[in-house]
Amino acid sequence: MAEFTLPKNSVVQEGITYPAPEGATNVQEVHVYRWDPDSGENPRVDIYNLDLDTCGPMVLDAIIKIKNEVDSTLTFRRSCREGICGSCSMNINGKNTLACTKDIGDIDGPIKIYPLPHLPVVKDVVPDLTHFYAQYTSIKPWIQTDTPPPSDREHLQSKEDRSKLDGLYECILCACCSTSCPSYWWNGDRYLGPAILLQAYRWLADSRDENAGERLDELEDPFKLYRCHTIMNCTETCPKGLNPAKAIAEIKKLLVERKIA
Amino acid sequence: MSLKSPLGQAKGLGSAKDGLHHWWAQRVTAIALIPLTIWFAFKVAILSMSDYQTVLESIGSPWSAALIVSLVVAAFYHAALGMQVIFEDYISHKAARIIAIMSTNLLMFLLGAAAVIAVVRIALGG
Repeated sequence: MAEFTLPKNSVVQEGITYPAPEGATNVQEVHVYRWDPDSGENPRVDIYNLDLDTCGPMVLDAIIKIKNEVDSTLTFRRSCREGICGSCSMNINGKNTLACTKDIGDIDGPIKIYPLPHLPVVKDVVPDLTHFYAQYTSIKPWIQTDTPPPSDREHLQSKEDRSKLDGLYECILCACCSTSCPSYWWNGDRYLGPAILLQAYRWLADSRDENAGERLDELEDPFKLYRCHTIMNCTETCPKGLNPAKAIAEIKKLLVERKIA
Repeated sequence: MSLKSPLGQAKGLGSAKDGLHHWWAQRVTAIALIPLTIWFAFKVAILSMSDYQTVLESIGSPWSAALIVSLVVAAFYHAALGMQVIFEDYISHKAARIIAIMSTNLLMFLLGAAAVIAVVRIALGG
């Protein structure tokens, strides 16, 4: 059966509480999931009290401040700090999002930071995305054509056809959507999940690509595609405001069009 | 412990190249069930005041019998399809999943067949 409870060694325990610096008047409590594979201990939640007057506005600023000034052992991914690289995706107050675009001011009470749900944890809030990336590779996310490009230029695309990629090309593969999807939790070994399916549709929707048939062949599978039951957690959580659920529906429509319509 | 590459694991046994039929049939039966269920509910409500003989005659009329058989077939087929989805979602143990799906299909088939036979018997005056 799908597992609904944590195994014993994953039960989260109370951690260390770090007090606010002396004289701080604008104190923000930040709860952070901590787990060190080398310690052999259960995961715990540490509580950091930060002075917001000396902290940047975003959750990522708070995390960087913790690492720089309070606890250098805290491990997390980050790179661009402007919502374009997808590295700092994590679960913040119950919702998967990018720490760098999540405003501290939008959060009432303590900030609660956990790794993306239902992935193996490497350390602290760093999840193991190996399988997610392998699934991405499996859909062949590159242009496939039999027609060679014209000798003097690249394959051309009309503005109208290009606009069909809007809402798809913006995906940064942060995995917020896939890890918010219960179907991906229970069957992620085979179900491709919303992020990868949105990317698959991005290539089906590309007027320059000539391999739609084979792409659809590869997608038509009870587990790879049809685990999506349109509960739309993916669309609700996407920090880029994209609609993976719609992209998946479009794939299903293409399959209907090919066989029935 | 396996040294199989992540891509090899992700690709697994490849695509079953199947699933559209199941998904489509589930939607078609769902839509068919909307008018059939409403019609049947009205029919039962109207017949609830009637005596036994009138009910038998009403159910046994060709159109009624045909519609009830359609309702029964659509409902049990839809139920079997839906239960299969639930089992595929939540039962990760492969043997248990197959047993659950097969036994549900069998149960739905038996219930549907019994219901159809009952309606046909009434229609044929048995």
